Amino acid sequence: MNTHTENSEFLNLSRRRFLQGGAGLTLGFCLPTFAAEKLPAAGPGKAGAGLAAPVNFEPNAFLRIGTDNSVTVISKHLEMGQGTYTGLATILAEELDADWSQVRVEGAPADAKRYNNLFWGPAQGTGGSTAMANSWEQLRKAGAAGRAMLVAAAARKWQVSEADIVVSNGVVSHPASGRKASFGQLAAEAAKSPVPAEVKLKDPKDFRLIGKQAKRKDSAAKTNGTAKFTQDVFLPGMLVAVVAHPPLFGAKVKSFDASKTKAVKGVVDVVQIPQGVAVLAKDTWSAKKGRDALTVEWDESAAFKLGSDEILARYKELAKTPGLVAKQTGDSAKAFAGAAKVVRAAYDFPYLAHAAMEPLNCVIQLSAGGCEVWNGEQLHTGDQHALAQLFGLPPEQVKINMLYAGGSFGRRANKDSDYVLEAAQIVKARAGKRDGHAPVKLVWLREDDMRGGYYRPLFHHALEAAIDQDGKLAGWRHRLVGQSILIGSPFESMMVKDGIDAVSVEGASNLPYAIPNLTVDLHTPRDIGVPVLWWRSVGSSHTAFSTEAFLDEVAAAMNKDPLALRLELLAAHPRHAAALKLAAEKAGWGTPLKAAPGERRGRGIAVHESFNSYVAHVAEVTVKADGSFTVDRVVSGVDCGTAINPDNVRSQVEGGIGFALSSLNEAITLKAGRVEQGNFDGFTILRINEMPRVEVHIVPSGAAPTGIGEPGVPPVAPAVANAIAAATGKRLHRLPFDTRELAA
Amino acid sequence: MIRLNVNGKAVALDVAPDTPLLWALRDTLQLTGTKYGCGQALCGACTVHLDGAPIRSCVTPVSAVAGKKITTVEAVDSGKVGKAVQEAWRKLDVVQCGYCQSGQIMSAVALLSENRKPTDADIDNAMGGNLCRCATYVRIRAAIHEAAKALA
Repeated sequence: MNTHTENSEFLNLSRRRFLQGGAGLTLGFCLPTFAAEKLPAAGPGKAGAGLAAPVNFEPNAFLRIGTDNSVTVISKHLEMGQGTYTGLATILAEELDADWSQVRVEGAPADAKRYNNLFWGPAQGTGGSTAMANSWEQLRKAGAAGRAMLVAAAARKWQVSEADIVVSNGVVSHPASGRKASFGQLAAEAAKSPVPAEVKLKDPKDFRLIGKQAKRKDSAAKTNGTAKFTQDVFLPGMLVAVVAHPPLFGAKVKSFDASKTKAVKGVVDVVQIPQGVAVLAKDTWSAKKGRDALTVEWDESAAFKLGSDEILARYKELAKTPGLVAKQTGDSAKAFAGAAKVVRAAYDFPYLAHAAMEPLNCVIQLSAGGCEVWNGEQLHTGDQHALAQLFGLPPEQVKINMLYAGGSFGRRANKDSDYVLEAAQIVKARAGKRDGHAPVKLVWLREDDMRGGYYRPLFHHALEAAIDQDGKLAGWRHRLVGQSILIGSPFESMMVKDGIDAVSVEGASNLPYAIPNLTVDLHTPRDIGVPVLWWRSVGSSHTAFSTEAFLDEVAAAMNKDPLALRLELLAAHPRHAAALKLAAEKAGWGTPLKAAPGERRGRGIAVHESFNSYVAHVAEVTVKADGSFTVDRVVSGVDCGTAINPDNVRSQVEGGIGFALSSLNEAITLKAGRVEQGNFDGFTILRINEMPRVEVHIVPSGAAPTGIGEPGVPPVAPAVANAIAAATGKRLHRLPFDTRELAA
Repeated sequence: MIRLNVNGKAVALDVAPDTPLLWALRDTLQLTGTKYGCGQALCGACTVHLDGAPIRSCVTPVSAVAGKKITTVEAVDSGKVGKAVQEAWRKLDVVQCGYCQSGQIMSAVALLSENRKPTDADIDNAMGGNLCRCATYVRIRAAIHEAAKALA
């Protein structure tokens, strides 16, 4: 995408710090010198409206207390469903001692100086389940600083000692004299307080919001139709753009005929852009009709034309030869040479679409002052720099309004800024026209979204395990074949070492089990022209399946209970073990399951660490004679450190389970380069009747919080596969599952 | 001009007769609570009530609903079932990304208007056409039972 050196360095630096495992936290908390900082109000639906009362108390970039007694927490992270706004507000409100009912949340503008993701160095963005973990210390300090300044203000006003002042539920009081004031009443005075150099944080035993039940801040707006998504943005004079995209990845426009399109009522303009042909109209339906009436001749000479079956066949060939070594401990060759028994299995994983309910969209307006964007913004800094480069603007003249995203699952954090740049290209193509400053809302219809690439990559895994003369698991070889997400992206130089893309092998190269001889190697085909991207849980979305399903096959070969074998091999990994034990105990592992006549039932278990959180699932399934099956119940044990909002942790794991269960049935397939699925009839995501009962149990923890948006996903599919094997004796090696293999 | 009644108000729409009700609501009336998800009645995000019954507005041309009464999520709290459903949704924090939830709520209100004591099977049957990629299904089921309890 981006050859701008400064930008690449920027992103590379950010990724390096991310990799270094949170070193960014040492950057520390920097309180801007006080002086009512001007914060553009850019929260959902606010679209850059100016602020009211000038006496607002803004002790730092994350907090604003109004004279109306409102406490506004500024979220630097996107709310795309994971409860991020609520979680971040909980952290700050805890140390501020605010009343939860007075707290509201507003999205931060793109400003990496103040709002960078501390795990990503100087870059702002949301992903990798980092929102809570990177903000934890920062927002606690921001809240505590605000509280200290309110206390100082009250002490001055009442001529009493700060030490005698109490703050509780949004009320500052001096019990000895009976004086009381709300935050709002103290806001103007607090604005005069010096910013404390150091603040004291609460002892966790005094938490009254964290670990309790803070209700979501977005529930009301998302149940009465007022929540604003990008799709809901309307600006004066705005045009809606629907684009004719190439039918094959890598095809280009050769020529087009827009005469019929221009005859469609409501159509205003048709422009060619590098991504295709854009039809602009006064409304969405007219734009769609205009696009349907368009005739485009495509140049397919450089397009990618293989089918997914052919891709997989190539991968299987590649798997016959060694790849680049990603991890090596001990001497696998020796372990296999001396093995009493060798277990082998291979697994296939398809391309997967993110398929968020809100198809991709973006609103952009270009004016003399720069460029303004309305977007469910997930990668602020990357998109800001990409737009700045395209328009030839300094990045600070690209203003981004972060709206709610109707799901993302990684898709809106596009390493190439794909759909954002597409919207920008349309605006750019119209720049010289009479109404060239008209804001443009790019709308991808469902089919554009589903056929638009950036899929979870297709992978083939081959595994083998050596069991020695003593019946011990002595060797493990894991070979992976699949496209790299990061090679060729601005993140390559930092996340790809010696040709190994770290996210291709995550979950496999850091296998937690105590196996003395381990080899993980990787083939990364570079001639597959299907764009790929991170998809909720990234590499773990396939490595958890192959490692955890294979370990069950090994346990069967060793005649061991799958849980017992795991616990035996996890002696050095107590957090994995604790999650496993909790899930197993709550699920009644080892107790018999009753099956109706003609049905087979089974229970399976899997555990996986991703994004520093540990999740174990026990799944119960019923398999019918024809091979069709239902997942009846999933019981989870979860360790994500301090659970800031336990109900939200449960909600994310419930949703993660459903998201992962979808993957048992869904696939993006290509035939001669053409994506075969275009809508939810072909790409079948989970429906309510397929959702099992779910019980989520949280491991009590005083550790700093880690992520929960993604970690619930990886161990679901292997737990189900293991349950199916327990019920039927049949091991499934290919996703989506082919239930015909399970017929009695 | 196509005349219909939306949320109790008479409106006249100057749109092509084949325009789906969804886009008339969103782009013409700017009632944006009703969402576009698939355009083919496959996901339910666009569910509204036509004379009280749930329909997929993305495949319903405005010409087909001329003179009819349309209710969208913006006005669903004008009835006690709608109010109970919204309250249950909030009490249980059902939403995640929230994009499909208007449609979920409209389908749930239609179900509870017909059946005040739905079983899990009734819920699965009535709600099976409303997709949620965040998979909030566990809580949707629980919230419908919760609303049923409140209405009893």
